[in-house]
Amino acid sequence: MALQWAFIGFMFLIGLALPSAAIIANQIIAPRKPSKTKSEIYECGMETVGETWVQLKGQYYIFALIFLIFDIEAVFLFPWAAAYDKLALYMVLEGVLFILILAGGLLYAWRKGALEWV
Amino acid sequence: MVDLFSGIDQFLKDLLIGLGLQPAFVAVLLKFAAAAVLGTISVSLAIVLIWVERKLVARIQDRLGPNRVGPFGLLQTIADALKLLTKEVLIPDGADRIVFRLAPLLVVASVVAVWAVMPLAPGLIGSDVNVGLLYVISIGAVGTLGVMLAGMSSNNKYALLGAFRTVAQMVSYAVPMILSLLVPTLLAGSMGMAAIVEAQGQFPFLLLAPLAALIFLISSIAEVGRGPFDLLEAESEIVAGYHIEYSGMTFGMFFVGEFVHAFTISALTAVIFLGGWQGPGAQAYPLLGLLYFVLKTSVVYFIVIWVRGTFPRIRIDQMNAFNWKFITPLALVVLMVTAVVDKLAVGGGFTRLAFHLSANGIIVLLTLVALRVYARATRQAQQPAEEIPSPVQQPEAAGG
Repeated sequence: MALQWAFIGFMFLIGLALPSAAIIANQIIAPRKPSKTKSEIYECGMETVGETWVQLKGQYYIFALIFLIFDIEAVFLFPWAAAYDKLALYMVLEGVLFILILAGGLLYAWRKGALEWV
Repeated sequence: MVDLFSGIDQFLKDLLIGLGLQPAFVAVLLKFAAAAVLGTISVSLAIVLIWVERKLVARIQDRLGPNRVGPFGLLQTIADALKLLTKEVLIPDGADRIVFRLAPLLVVASVVAVWAVMPLAPGLIGSDVNVGLLYVISIGAVGTLGVMLAGMSSNNKYALLGAFRTVAQMVSYAVPMILSLLVPTLLAGSMGMAAIVEAQGQFPFLLLAPLAALIFLISSIAEVGRGPFDLLEAESEIVAGYHIEYSGMTFGMFFVGEFVHAFTISALTAVIFLGGWQGPGAQAYPLLGLLYFVLKTSVVYFIVIWVRGTFPRIRIDQMNAFNWKFITPLALVVLMVTAVVDKLAVGGGFTRLAFHLSANGIIVLLTLVALRVYARATRQAQQPAEEIPSPVQQPEAAGG
């Protein structure tokens, strides 16, 4: 089993190494003539005004929050689904009840208007 | 089972142990070699994929596509890569240099790492961990993180807007994706990728759970950020989105990451819903299984390109409404109904198939009815507003 996980680790390392190699090769081959204009931030030819970190819509934050709820739900549901073959009908119905409670949460967010993009 | 790959594995093992190395060390070394080969192949795939996509999109738009460099323009991608290699790598003022450099690496690595658990042929799988699907989801989130980091470290407003949109889109669409992946998990009774393919010996899960397959394909297209969901790099709105400040190969790596990711989700769809390497004669000849896998993946990849070439980009409010008000509730319903129906369908084989197909049919019908009711309610709510003629429209109406 440890070998299986080692393979995944190796794959991730290869995935990091290949683009690194390409980017390093790029930096060796490519010319390097830095100038002030070149390293300016691109904004359709104009100079940028003010801070980059503009205030963002609160909506993004709300969606991230709703996502978090459902993502944690998945952690609970995956073991239930993986053990499905061994479950009796009432255990399946308990899982359905759990999903229904979550659907209630989604419905609540919907009725509260949290899903509207304003 | 004797096949080409285990033969090579055995040969190398014997050779290295014969050289006087420790067997445990040889095992790790061979795993590393296999990972290097698989990783390099999956990254190099981009060269072919970019050509295929450009050709197909060109035919959809009634153009010829690349046809100058090499036969049928096959070498176009290599020429492009060489050009990118000679371009200067720029880092804008005020950028977070470490994060800026890390982001493209993460995007590629997250895609390559998915191939570690991809069952390519019978017995040919990099790493058959028992949490395969959960791993696929979590490693996909690393790619999303890479995109976010790219947008946030660039110190550019367009890039930052792209990162915001990533939060709204890629993160949201992970929800229906996870929910639709729960369906094959409970049908197969396992999260392991090899076990899921094994469970599709009789019927592919596309037949048992067509709605889940559709939801998975849509949400994973959104997860890649292409097709109608390319809001995070929408050219006409935020120029190039998160990778606007990247140049040379750092940009090229985002490009490679996106194309290989699109192919990877096609492969995932093929494995999870179309039966992967399953097909007549695949058990006896593993290479035939590999061929089936590639064929099924290509079909799904063609559909992904087709969708990209024919659908207009959707607005961000439409995208969110589509996800949270349509796909996610639908995925919840599909999951619940599948869980109950699969327990009730006592007879295996075709009885089970009939149960699942009719359950999916009923869900589709009810969804259509619900949409009709919803559309009528919305139209009635908007009616009074439309009856008041606006002063601008009146002269036109009189003239006509």
